[in-house]
Amino acid sequence: MNRFAELLDRLVLTPSRNGKLKLMVDYFRAVEDPDRGLALAAITGDLNIAAVKPAMLRQLVSERMDPVLFGYSYDYVGDLAETVSLVWPDAPERRPNRPPTLADVVALLQSASRSDGPKVLAGLLDSAGIEARYAIIKLVTGGLRIGVSARLAKQALADFGDVDVAEIEELWHGLAPPYLELFAWLEGSAPKPEKAAKALFRPVMLSTPVGDTNLDKLDPADYAAEWKWDGIRVQATCEAGVKRLYSRTGDDVSGAFPDLVDAMDFDASIDGELLVGDPREATGTFSDLQQRLNRKTVSAKMQAKYPAFIRCYDLLHIGAEDLRALPFAERRQRLEAFVATLDPSRFDLSPLVSFADWDELEALRKAPPHPIIEGVMLKRLDSPYLAGRPKGPWFKWKRDPHTVDAVLMYAQRGHGKRSSFYSDYTFGVWTGAEGAEELVPVGKAYFGFTDEELRQIDKYVRDNTIERFGPVRSVRADRTTGLVLEIAFEGLARSTRHKSGVAMRFPRISRLRWDKPSAEADRIETLEAMLD
Amino acid sequence: MRARDLLHPRPEGLYCPPGDFYIDPVRPVGRALITHGHSDHARSGHAHVLATRQTLDIMALRYGEDFAGTTQTAVIGEIIDIGGVKVSFHPAGHVLGSAQIAVEHGGVRIVASGDYKRRADPTCASFETIQCDVFITEATFGLPVFRHPDAGHEVEKLMKSAQQFPERAHLVGAYALGKAQRVMRLLRDNGYDRPIYIHGALVKLSDYYQNQGIALGELLPATVDRSGKENFAGAIVVGPPSAFADRWARRFPDPVSAFASGWMRIRQRAKQRGVELPLIISDHSDWDELTETITETGASEVWVTHGREEALVRWCELQGIAARPLHLVGYEDEGD
Repeated sequence: MNRFAELLDRLVLTPSRNGKLKLMVDYFRAVEDPDRGLALAAITGDLNIAAVKPAMLRQLVSERMDPVLFGYSYDYVGDLAETVSLVWPDAPERRPNRPPTLADVVALLQSASRSDGPKVLAGLLDSAGIEARYAIIKLVTGGLRIGVSARLAKQALADFGDVDVAEIEELWHGLAPPYLELFAWLEGSAPKPEKAAKALFRPVMLSTPVGDTNLDKLDPADYAAEWKWDGIRVQATCEAGVKRLYSRTGDDVSGAFPDLVDAMDFDASIDGELLVGDPREATGTFSDLQQRLNRKTVSAKMQAKYPAFIRCYDLLHIGAEDLRALPFAERRQRLEAFVATLDPSRFDLSPLVSFADWDELEALRKAPPHPIIEGVMLKRLDSPYLAGRPKGPWFKWKRDPHTVDAVLMYAQRGHGKRSSFYSDYTFGVWTGAEGAEELVPVGKAYFGFTDEELRQIDKYVRDNTIERFGPVRSVRADRTTGLVLEIAFEGLARSTRHKSGVAMRFPRISRLRWDKPSAEADRIETLEAMLD
Repeated sequence: MRARDLLHPRPEGLYCPPGDFYIDPVRPVGRALITHGHSDHARSGHAHVLATRQTLDIMALRYGEDFAGTTQTAVIGEIIDIGGVKVSFHPAGHVLGSAQIAVEHGGVRIVASGDYKRRADPTCASFETIQCDVFITEATFGLPVFRHPDAGHEVEKLMKSAQQFPERAHLVGAYALGKAQRVMRLLRDNGYDRPIYIHGALVKLSDYYQNQGIALGELLPATVDRSGKENFAGAIVVGPPSAFADRWARRFPDPVSAFASGWMRIRQRAKQRGVELPLIISDHSDWDELTETITETGASEVWVTHGREEALVRWCELQGIAARPLHLVGYEDEGD
């Protein structure tokens, strides 16, 4: 348990992806079965433990210490799990000779009934030190929140076993904690586990940006083009009555879209874009789609107002036949025939865009016919469906981003290589009547600039600081002084969580406008006019 | 005599009217008794200073030889008479030279502990419990959430991380007096025998510790002029916490920022400061040590100063010990 607790503590404070991977790989290497598999399940959210309510934790702790002292403590720390882990009275006489392993803790928690749950938890907290107590409380209150996605954990497994992450993703949903056969395979002591379960995830094919690719060297006749829809990429897979909707990283998101899953009445695997609306009438905007995202349960009202559908891109499997090795053109024909058999309110075909040359396609890309199109996709007609992001067969050619000129307001120190640099910037635009303008923050960006530009902004921040709050500096920004940043972003949505009322998607710094007077930066009205 | 007539707070600091002296005054006074060398307790400009030899040496290193008009060395355990008040210095276990000051007059004994800790620390003499009527305790970590782990374990975490990330430099923020030397000594006691790189602000004090017989091993300046950036890969570098937020830190390859402090017990504190590797190493007492010490002194009254006074006052009340916060101004928790 202590090693797991230590891993959590390190992961939560380690900002870099590589650092997190290294910590997980080393943990998988150092820790034996079944603990490492249970830790993995805890991180990926696949560990089933009956949840304990915060009220019960408070109850347990109030039986053990003065409520006034607990109140002072909780006020100071601000996090219930952490406060309880720290103030819980040490009971050395109740400590077992051998500290409990993660497997011991999980077994006890899983076997606890509703009525003896509090007693079991209290016993576990008595048996553990501070770090382990924190980890136990995080396990029972659900949600580790350590900044590690299931995808990153799978990447760590891939690094650990020196295999491609696609292999892990493909197996994943057929495996269960503590993943003994998976670790045995990754360590080379057993063969690769058989794909036993039905409707497994098939690793998704991704594209590379057109970027600097010289399109003139490519023959337009070799490529099909289609719109790049700005929804979420999904895979709908059904096999022998098992229906699964996966995100592009292989997370099972079926639970959030029961309306769509109900309509998945086939034996095949479709690659497509999840959108909301009725494809025969209207496609909802990204803001509409957001109403359906990140929800554990979804009300009937929500399902009726924002019905989910799939705009189909590709067909990977049909019945027992694997189509992935076929060329795109052939798969496309099969897809067209297949989609025609599906419920038209839940599935439609992503139309191909015909074009004669790159100039014509560029013109189409710049003026797409629908607001939820974010560019075009280019797919080689002869490309097989490959896992991962191969270079060449598929390109994404995005719509040009929106830009706005904003003023730097706050700067925060970065992490790792950037820990001595002010590298995270909050910027704002003008609001208020003429003569009484003030800046309202509209977003935060921490990339898009070169190392040299970072040094320049850092110097500017240090020279123009007016206040400090921990790692954050407030920078001089008024009508006469201020650094104007050109911000590029992908879209704008209304937000009740931000003072400005808008939230940017994917903001980054596209240019430093040392030349531009701060008073000439944009006003909030400019942004409001861009709302989706 | 009432305790409050023997010692009470004034804007300058804690004042003893019968002896006409102050303990750890924050403004220049005629006669100052100093518990230890941290700058919020030991200030320059007093006419006369009474402190342990090591505290006087440390003040001279920090402020220059002329930091006070005249000085007098307090020998640990020896009673000094100041205007009829019996004064004695006793080890506080906080940093090298740190002492509690016992003040006795008219049948009342008050112990002003200054900052103190109870854990073993190879860089200074251990705390001694002095029986008293009134105990003046610090409360820097005076909340039940502060429970310091074993410092050796924290240093193991640091060494493990340095092994795990051999391509990165490990920057350990540690207060220049006491904490820095303790971290270095803990590393040595844990078998770390590579050179430790130190920031310039640590040089004088670390040399002084070594001269006082506290071996810290090979210490090298953390400068880049002679060695390339890559030479700091896998190295442990110790410096004052402020330096790591500064441009100074740019000489190190992809640094892991560590911070040795009791505050690191609270995750959010570590997060806010951008600390990747918190090392919970404190030179102050944690909650359990504070409450045990109060009990051990046998004091019937406790005065609580600098820190989270209200929780410790509450605890005393629950134990039936009279307690009140002593509102002294000017003390910060200097970087612990």
